[in-house]
Amino acid sequence: MATELPAQDGLPQTGDQPPAGYLDAASSAPLHPAARAALLAAMDLGFADPARRYHAARVSSQLLAAARESIASIIGVRPENVSFTTSGTSAVHLGVAGLALGRSRAGSRVLASAVEHSSVLHAAQALPGSPLETLPVDRLGRIELPALELALAAGDIAFAAIQSANHEVGTRQPIEAAAQMLEPTGVPLFVDAAQSVGHDTIPGGWSVLTASAHKWGGPAGVGILAVRNGVRWRSPSPEDPREYGRVPGFVPVPLVVAAAAALEAVERERAAESARLFALVDLIRERVPQLVPDAVVLGDPSDRLAHIVTFSCLYVDGESLLDELDRAGFAVSSGSSCVADSLVPSHVLAAMGALTEGNVRVSLPNGVKADDVDRFLTVLPDIVARVRAALGATDL
Amino acid sequence: MTPDFDQLLDQRGSICPMPVIALAKAFVDAPESRVLLLTDDPAAQFDVPAWCGMRGRVVEWSGDAPDGHGAAFLIASAATDLDVQ
Repeated sequence: MATELPAQDGLPQTGDQPPAGYLDAASSAPLHPAARAALLAAMDLGFADPARRYHAARVSSQLLAAARESIASIIGVRPENVSFTTSGTSAVHLGVAGLALGRSRAGSRVLASAVEHSSVLHAAQALPGSPLETLPVDRLGRIELPALELALAAGDIAFAAIQSANHEVGTRQPIEAAAQMLEPTGVPLFVDAAQSVGHDTIPGGWSVLTASAHKWGGPAGVGILAVRNGVRWRSPSPEDPREYGRVPGFVPVPLVVAAAAALEAVERERAAESARLFALVDLIRERVPQLVPDAVVLGDPSDRLAHIVTFSCLYVDGESLLDELDRAGFAVSSGSSCVADSLVPSHVLAAMGALTEGNVRVSLPNGVKADDVDRFLTVLPDIVARVRAALGATDL
Repeated sequence: MTPDFDQLLDQRGSICPMPVIALAKAFVDAPESRVLLLTDDPAAQFDVPAWCGMRGRVVEWSGDAPDGHGAAFLIASAATDLDVQ
């Protein structure tokens, strides 16, 4: 049965807290209340084409400029370096294709960590005449810098892609060290910062950076493509003057305004909130192996994002685990093969040499109640035991 | 060439986590045996070594299944640490 929208006066009021049991912020964060308010206001004020010459257009244009300025200052660049796309994935696609085009005379090889988001790997694989080389990671999911150094020495490189932090295990990547390594070679660094913007300090040293508003509490439909001055990036799209010539098409001004309002709000809350989430993730990291036999917690225990943790449970299928957790009221995701359409486990877990079965990623939204984490830890052991019993996997 | 083994475990057609569960069961009955696991589960190449690491076993050999359909893993007790649980 199709889900029906509730009547206007019955709309759920989110307040400052995400829905109970929602532990999948890394897939999509609940809309921040500040974004909701800004969106509603901007829907009425920012409907006009910001490129036109009349009052309503100037209102749109001013709203867009203010949003751009705010996001640019948080990312650490000038407003003209920031373009808005319609999703994080489209920002990645444009960022990757534009770098390959801009650097076509300088080099053809593309380097990427083996644990990049699939949108980065797919975008790189789609480049004509640019072979993709993936660089290995250690057991924590962190790129092996000596492998980067070795690959750089061979020359002919268009660009290197390294995420700010991993989207499945939370491990931070050594962006500034990699940037220092790249600097003397002139090879630009593409950084997918989708899981870091609004959640963590944004590292410096990148040439092109991408992000996605719905990962920080903004609305879906807004991606960020930031290109630093002097970077040889050339638009792969047909000509269009909008967004500094980087992103064709009409900009959804109200969504961008809401995205900026959410980012400002989460940045204001970040110091306190990330310390709280970091401690809750520490609790999960500590308690899961104590409560669940043969469970392994993955990723870096300390040099990591505050809100993401992944663990795998032996003799458990991810699908049953997610279904049981859903029945108990918890929303989480999994990199196990049986959850993927392709029956292939997550390339991140594979690259780490980690156990892929019974995999669960917990990602805490801002404002999550500590009680939600406690309840999750309470129901998890029984659920794992039930799934194992159903598979005949007891006392192994 | 497929090496010598004591037990043959043909798990082709069954997917994660069943091949690893079958492997664990094979060792319950005969802890010291050498098990040849045949599997076409794409997760096995990651989860079989991970299981071995957690249970003090080793993948002594891996390659194609003898008839060319799927992969084969020869799993045995780790050579020097039979005390590992």
